[in-house]
Amino acid sequence: MNIIVVGCGKIGKTILASLVAEGHNVVALDSNPETINEITNLYDAIGICGNGNDCDTLSEAGVEKAELFVAVTGSDEFNMLSCFLARRMGAKHTIARIRNPEYNDQNLGFIKKQLGLSMAINPDLLAAQELFNILKLPSAAKIETFSRRDFEMIELKLRQESVLDGISLIELRKKYDVQLLVCVVQRDNEVFIPDGSFVLKSGDKIGITATTSEILRFLKMLGVMQKQARNIMILGGSRTAYYLSKMLMGIGNTVKIVEKDHKRCLELSETLPNAIIINGDGAGQELLNEEGLSSMDAFISLTGMDEENILISFYAAAQNVPKVISKVNRDEFMYLAEKIGLDCTISPKNIISDILVRYARALENSLGSNVETLYQIMDAKAEALEFNIAAQSAVTEIPLKDMKLKPNTLIAGIMRGRKIIIPSGNDMILPEDKVVIITSGYKLNDISDILL
Amino acid sequence: MALPLIVSLIYRESSYLAFLISIGIALGFGFLMTILSRPKTRVFYAKEGFVIVSLAWIAMSLIGAAPFVISGEIPSFIDAVFETISGFTTTGSSIVRNVEALSKGILFWRSFTHWIGGMGVLVFVLAIMPKFSDRSIHLIRAEMAGPIVGKLVPKAKDTAKILYLIYIAMTVIETIFLLFGGMSLFESVVHSFGTAGTGGFGIKADSIGGYSPYCQWVITVFMLLFGINFNLYYFLLLRNFRSIFKNLELWVYIGVITVSTGIITANILSRFGGFFDALRYAAFQVSSVVTTTGYATADFDLWPSLSKGIIFILLFLGGCAGSTAGGLKISRVLILFKMMRSELHKMLHPRSVNVVKMDGRQIDDPILRNVGVYFAIYIVGTLATFVVLSFEPFNFETNFSAAVTCINNVGPGFSLVGPSMNFAEYSDISKIVLSFAMLLGRLEIFPLLISLSPSTWSKK
Repeated sequence: MNIIVVGCGKIGKTILASLVAEGHNVVALDSNPETINEITNLYDAIGICGNGNDCDTLSEAGVEKAELFVAVTGSDEFNMLSCFLARRMGAKHTIARIRNPEYNDQNLGFIKKQLGLSMAINPDLLAAQELFNILKLPSAAKIETFSRRDFEMIELKLRQESVLDGISLIELRKKYDVQLLVCVVQRDNEVFIPDGSFVLKSGDKIGITATTSEILRFLKMLGVMQKQARNIMILGGSRTAYYLSKMLMGIGNTVKIVEKDHKRCLELSETLPNAIIINGDGAGQELLNEEGLSSMDAFISLTGMDEENILISFYAAAQNVPKVISKVNRDEFMYLAEKIGLDCTISPKNIISDILVRYARALENSLGSNVETLYQIMDAKAEALEFNIAAQSAVTEIPLKDMKLKPNTLIAGIMRGRKIIIPSGNDMILPEDKVVIITSGYKLNDISDILL
Repeated sequence: MALPLIVSLIYRESSYLAFLISIGIALGFGFLMTILSRPKTRVFYAKEGFVIVSLAWIAMSLIGAAPFVISGEIPSFIDAVFETISGFTTTGSSIVRNVEALSKGILFWRSFTHWIGGMGVLVFVLAIMPKFSDRSIHLIRAEMAGPIVGKLVPKAKDTAKILYLIYIAMTVIETIFLLFGGMSLFESVVHSFGTAGTGGFGIKADSIGGYSPYCQWVITVFMLLFGINFNLYYFLLLRNFRSIFKNLELWVYIGVITVSTGIITANILSRFGGFFDALRYAAFQVSSVVTTTGYATADFDLWPSLSKGIIFILLFLGGCAGSTAGGLKISRVLILFKMMRSELHKMLHPRSVNVVKMDGRQIDDPILRNVGVYFAIYIVGTLATFVVLSFEPFNFETNFSAAVTCINNVGPGFSLVGPSMNFAEYSDISKIVLSFAMLLGRLEIFPLLISLSPSTWSKK
């Protein structure tokens, strides 16, 4: 598929990398020659140096034949204009990054319709949603939901001396009578799709699929259940902080935001009248202590600096704050932070690249069974995909135990009407089901790709 | 080597054994390398790209020489290596005294090396390999000719495919044209290979001289076509005529050819019967030299010195960037001239700000610097080769033109290495130096120099 990406900042580059890895023909546009140079050296894509709002540049990039056009520069207005031009010049689908909260209210639908946008993505809002999900169930490192809200996949880090240490998955099913599936395990930077004989060790990060109620039951049995966060401190008054606070206060939590810039504090206190806004440097530990850091249920670090986020999060964890989350943009840091004990990090650019990859895959096969949702899990070493099963196909009406699956591929859940099935060998996939697949090392476009 | 094997089988020649053995050697070597090296990571950067390309070319030349030696038709190994490198680098300088005595299989292999070497071996590998690293652009950059190498389409693999499809299509078309001119199938295929790679190995002692004027014109036109940037053909397929029209390099290329052909025609008019004969000889020689092919229809060594002078200058020039031709490349010369003008302007007006542009686009400083350095090393390389050759008991003209012709991958020089002579007289050491010069010229200097520099190999 021909894809054009305008704007190659942090987000642009991540999108570019995952789209190229998907095998698409990608053209990157940026006005900085050095960025373009770097991109053409790193990725198998064409880089064009120019203004993404210039029709000549756009047609040089081949906008007439582009199936997907993505504008993710730092400016909302630039992105909108660029997408509008691209749409008029023949691009089939356009996606713009629009992050200003003023555009992201009820007007967004109007803007999208008038500009012919297929999708507007707002990294801040998406990050806030993800944070909100995590805070609902603080025991898990990460939660992904599928099209049925009550079916979830959580990532759980097994702490030292975890009760699960040394238990094989068959034993786990016998010992705890819960309907769940351990579908992926990350150990020392390597990812396994485990079978029944797989033995868990403390330090592993495991992915579990189950219904929400079963997950809660299981966490209680393990004794790692934490109550939902009520008092939350956010460091850095970014847009993400604004969206998140709004959501959190919507369900009755109290939020305290610490922000350095006085002007930004005034803005926040105007838009979030119920939140406590503190003006001060969050890197100063005194301030955090004074504001009662140790009595918080959760601490979230959302400043623009990865290093600052990681270090302050460590401090918060040392003060026994039950749930500490930090925003980390650079993949290297994310890995490091996890390695030295921060198990919960979020990265807005990865959330966005997930969405785009999913969108591109869905475009690629608009017939047959579609990718409904797609998550890159375990540091993008594995994927969780949800497929719609349209009609009879090679995978339907065969007991799972007779199905020859590719190695490192697993059927993690079947959603049929109101029922959720954690599959065993005798279950079958039927038409009109939704199926969740976990895979590592393959690019699945269609449900039949899971077969050998 | 499977193709020449088939050819020698068709003609029932004994050389097929030599090809069988060589295929064995090549496969064995490849197999050994895959067993011996188990790289931890397959990621490579610019440095690795350069090294891969130069090592691949050297390995290929050594293995490619095997058929010549094993068949006994070129007994000396050094001679065989010289001949193979001359083939792969599309130079066309030969050490074979009597070409017509070689077997058809060997002749075919000789020309086939031109064809493979013309577009680049690794680019070919890229085109057919299922999945290559994201950074394969480094390979294309190191192997393709010209100061600025970009991709036509986003994927390196597809770019390589498009280039090779254009290349194959043009070769086939030329073969068909030559068939109409009364050449046998073998002759037309061999000559098409030589033209396509802008190589110049013939199968007759008098090169193309013995063929009909029609064949000579066909070869002239195709030599010129293969000297044009292949990207332009892709634009042609896309009907993007504006980009072709705006391409300055193409216009200069056409201009240089027209002017030099005109002058030489006038200069040699008295030697040949009529205007059209003179034009034919002049056009053929000019295109042969400017595209660095090296076919000949007449011995230009006997022409007046004005014509010789022009041909000598054309030896340096080479074709367009992104073609199969060797030499300095017209785009580099253009950039050099533009740099010169802007520097002079800057001396007159020290505070003026100048931007060097090409086809309406600014050329970045790193590229300008690269072109300048390239030119300097190029001159040094030519002179160094010339100095080594001067130990030989030949005249100045011979040695200097031999050095120039090899580093520019043209083929024939003047005097004792003129179009009707060959390089057999040179000693082994000179042959090795000349072989190295040819590789330098074909890979555009940097890859080889970088592979030779110790800091490339140290881990520091």
